[in-house]
Amino acid sequence: MSVQPASSPKQPPSLWARILDSDILASFLRSKVTMVAAVIVLVLFIGAAFSPWIAPTNPFDPATVFLADANIPPAWQDGGDPKFILGTDDQGRDLYSAILYGLRVSLIVGLLGVALAATIGITLGLLAGYLGGRVDSLIMRIADVQLTFPAILIALLIDGVVRGIFKGANREDTALYVLVISIGLSFWVQYARTIRGSTLVERNKDYVQAARLVGLPAPLIMLRHVLPNVIGPVLVILTINLALAVITEATLSFLGVGLPPTQPSLGTLISIGNRYLFSGDWWIVTFPGVTLAILVLAVNLLGDWLRDALNPRLR
Amino acid sequence: MLAFVLRRLFQSLMVMLAVALIAFTMFRFVGDPVNQMVGVDTPQEQVAQLRQTLGLDEPVVVQFARYIYNAARLEFGVSYQFRLPVISLLGERAPATLELAFMSALFSLLVGIPMGVYTALRRDSWLAKIFQTVSLVGISLPTFLIGILLIYLFSVTLGWLPSFGRGEVVKIGNWWTTGLLTGSGWKALILPSITLGLFQMTLIMRLVRAEMLEVLRTDYIKFARARGLRTRAIHFGHALKNTLVPVITIAGLQLGSIIAFAIITETVFQWPGMGLLFLKAVQQVDIPIMAAYLMLISFLFVSINLIVDLLYALVDPRLRATIGAH
Amino acid sequence: MSFKTHCLAAVAALALMCGAAQAQTLRYANQGELKSLDPYTVNETTTNAHLGHPYEGLTARGKDLKIEPALAEKWEISPDGLKWRFTLRKGVKFHDGSDFTADDVLFSAERVRATGSNFTTRIPTSAKFVKVDDHTVDVVLTAPNPILNAQWDTWYIMSKKWAEANNAVAPTPAAATTPSHASLNANGTGPYKIESHQPGVKTVFKFNENYWKKIEGNIKEIIFTPISSDATRVAALLSGEVDVIEPVPIQDIQRVNAAGNAQVLTGPELRTIFLGFDQTRDELLESSVKGKNPFKDVKVRQAFYQAIDIETIKSRVMRGLATPSPLMIAPELFPTAGFTRAKFDAEASKKLLAEAGYPNGFELGMDCPNDRYVNDGQICQAVVGMLARIGVKVSLNAQPKAQYFAKVLKPGGYKTSFYLLGWTPGTFDSHNVLYDILGCRDVAGSSRGESNLGNYCNKKVDELTDKILVESDTAKRNAMIGEAYKMTVDEFSYIPLHQQALAWGVSKKVKLAQRADNSVLLYYATKEQ
Repeated sequence: MSVQPASSPKQPPSLWARILDSDILASFLRSKVTMVAAVIVLVLFIGAAFSPWIAPTNPFDPATVFLADANIPPAWQDGGDPKFILGTDDQGRDLYSAILYGLRVSLIVGLLGVALAATIGITLGLLAGYLGGRVDSLIMRIADVQLTFPAILIALLIDGVVRGIFKGANREDTALYVLVISIGLSFWVQYARTIRGSTLVERNKDYVQAARLVGLPAPLIMLRHVLPNVIGPVLVILTINLALAVITEATLSFLGVGLPPTQPSLGTLISIGNRYLFSGDWWIVTFPGVTLAILVLAVNLLGDWLRDALNPRLR
Repeated sequence: MLAFVLRRLFQSLMVMLAVALIAFTMFRFVGDPVNQMVGVDTPQEQVAQLRQTLGLDEPVVVQFARYIYNAARLEFGVSYQFRLPVISLLGERAPATLELAFMSALFSLLVGIPMGVYTALRRDSWLAKIFQTVSLVGISLPTFLIGILLIYLFSVTLGWLPSFGRGEVVKIGNWWTTGLLTGSGWKALILPSITLGLFQMTLIMRLVRAEMLEVLRTDYIKFARARGLRTRAIHFGHALKNTLVPVITIAGLQLGSIIAFAIITETVFQWPGMGLLFLKAVQQVDIPIMAAYLMLISFLFVSINLIVDLLYALVDPRLRATIGAH
Repeated sequence: MSFKTHCLAAVAALALMCGAAQAQTLRYANQGELKSLDPYTVNETTTNAHLGHPYEGLTARGKDLKIEPALAEKWEISPDGLKWRFTLRKGVKFHDGSDFTADDVLFSAERVRATGSNFTTRIPTSAKFVKVDDHTVDVVLTAPNPILNAQWDTWYIMSKKWAEANNAVAPTPAAATTPSHASLNANGTGPYKIESHQPGVKTVFKFNENYWKKIEGNIKEIIFTPISSDATRVAALLSGEVDVIEPVPIQDIQRVNAAGNAQVLTGPELRTIFLGFDQTRDELLESSVKGKNPFKDVKVRQAFYQAIDIETIKSRVMRGLATPSPLMIAPELFPTAGFTRAKFDAEASKKLLAEAGYPNGFELGMDCPNDRYVNDGQICQAVVGMLARIGVKVSLNAQPKAQYFAKVLKPGGYKTSFYLLGWTPGTFDSHNVLYDILGCRDVAGSSRGESNLGNYCNKKVDELTDKILVESDTAKRNAMIGEAYKMTVDEFSYIPLHQQALAWGVSKKVKLAQRADNSVLLYYATKEQ
């Protein structure tokens, strides 16, 4: 039988306190891999954000793309053209520009999708874990239903609904929203379950009990007290999910429900290049593929480091 | 406990109904099955008649009610494409998918857990870092690309493993077919299982590592150390055992992900399973197959969730108390 | 692999024979699946070719697509053109051992025209089949029809007795709600029997030792597997797991040829790929132009036509494997010598657009399939780029064929403003093109113009088309066809693009004749030991 301490229960430091407290900079500077990853992520994000100014051509403007330039190898290869450093794709788009623009599309899809998923998931997870009872059952049952529909199915569903509502809707206009919503709706469960699990444990802890005794309203307790203590794992899920979202987008375009080839994302470029894998036009799949892999790798490494750095017990 | 089980069973039933409703309404939007079934030059009256035969001209509610009634009797109708009962088509394809899912889950657990344990225990070793990086590369590429690269390397270039299909299968009983009893069956399983399991493997590895690190810092382990238990006993007897609780959850949940990703793997490897059948059904707007597939997957999921929840209740006494208080 | 299993079982007995027999097993992979074995369910080239192994028609088409006798040894047409007499081949047996007689022909003629059949147009509704004796059948017509038997090579003859015994008298409709015996089993007179059939997974054909004719090939067993993924299909050929694949993506042709163990058979296909305009609505469904339909103006259609750089599409998208076409029909089916394509000239296009009142172009939605024709999605993207250069901003809706057809075809209400489509006349004859693609859609209840999605309409063309149907003098007929085509070309009714190429991947061990209608017929195949 343990004896409850008589002193007021101590609340673990909040997330931001932990970040400030954790000598994050020192830990960052200690890890060379992390630094490299951070630089890569930074470069890719800047490249994506400023692609219209950095890229030599605008691959999304069909009037400036010439079919006669199609399938030109990278500049250093035989038959290469210095105008196209990394070569061109099957429509004659400059691959370097297309990658920059595609990166932007992919990151927009990924970030918005993951943000949507996290918002839904965290909210529902907190509610379920904290309130328990019927709310919990209801939310978790919705999660069960949700899990039945993988992102691919959800994309098809939303695609179909969009078509049903806006008759003759063009994929070019709707694809982005369809993807963001599909990703948001298919990834939220993980956040919800994680948050719910930690909240279940957390809500019985002394500091929450104390806050409740003081008479703080439930939403406030959830946001101010519980959330900061359960959010840690979410950051890790976020990083993995950002990568996953980009890959999901690529897969969906492989199955024909992704972004249209007229406005290719990184994933669309990969599935275009995939067609030319056997034919010797290796650059169309390789450069976007490598860009994607590097992006995902760097983001994941950052996530790893972040988790360790945020976890005071691991320092 | 019994009340808990009963309540969960009831909830599961509700979930199934909800899924049926969603599946049904969703696919009313995707496309018109009649267009898939008639040729370009089919007369209009024939099209109208088709609609009537299929009951597609009735109110959606009636169509749904009929669907539920039939589904309860395991009658999912006849596939528009194959003109065969959907349940027999799915039954015929199920062994392929289940075998593939099982093998890839096995692969991801057998490789993922040791790798996770190793990377947790030897955090700073070179090998651990290599494991982590290599596994990350594995999830940094889309599944379809990994599959195609594996085919390119092991089938086309080296000629070691087959690029498609299940190889030679042996019939067991009335409807189960297995590739596990023939050499070519095993060979055919290797590439698809790795392709499908790679992602799960990485996830499990990362999860085991993270959980191990957490557990190793707990007072409980510190206490065990203080008691002078051998490191090996602590690591594997105490730490790993505690780590496995969340792994049960995730592994259970991952099964859904495996089956979802099987759609892609089966497409790339022309694996004659349910995923391929489903994808074709989506392309051809074969509503009976799509709906039955979703019902089947939901059933699988709901059952797994039920089991995971019950296991959770058994494994974690804290939660057992909470559940009891509901 | 059931054959292998048999081999294993027989290992102790005759290992050598198994080895010898194995060499005559041909493994074939196609992009599409074989869904039903009922030969009246789906009228689609690939399915028809598959079923051409167990089944046969009264007539057949040879390697050059010429009509030749098959189950009918010969036929005569009465002077007034109203009666065709078919003399049936004697001594032919169905796979179940029963004799082939006139009763089977009469039965098949009823079944193919019954509700649920997808082949009702194979025989005119009013045609009467009369049994003269066991091996003679008269077909009595109400009007002359010189192309009566043009599509009879894929009107497969079924056994009356077998169908009656197996409750398969009615054709299996595409939307069958109960499983049908005929869709899972086949009993024809053809060179191959169905050994086993797992729809969508695998179908095994065994040679019919009692076949009435000596076949050209030496294949004893065909194992058919559908492989839908392009890369996997090519990989299976390159690694020697299959002997024949169809199609080979054109960008992979070089790779396959370079691999050393396989080669690609290429040739022109009879399908014409073209772009069509909605010329019937008063306002386009998807366009920035409101209150009028720019495509009703021939200048706009001409501007679009001349904006298309067909040679670049040929060299870049099609890698040279396409024949740019001035007509809506392939040169093999109608001599196109007198016709040329309007020249590619973007400047002229801009001028034409300006004259038509669109100096700054306009916005337009375009529909396109992306998994139906060779590189269809890429062609459409290229078209978008070319139109962008004359100021027309096209928003491309490239979609899988199931969704595409659901939107643009008749049951979907022809919901398109500008689209890409391909067409092979089923009869291999111009009448089909003039009737289905170039005929007016405005007569209720008529099937004329059903695939004329944009409803291009010229009554004079329709009149000529009706005359062409009944004209039996070839020279006169061709002159009329030429005249009709001329009218449609001058009005820029469509933008014909090209005939795409066939590309079959064939192992070096296999010799195979390629038919221009893209039917893979493996009784022409010979495999080395």
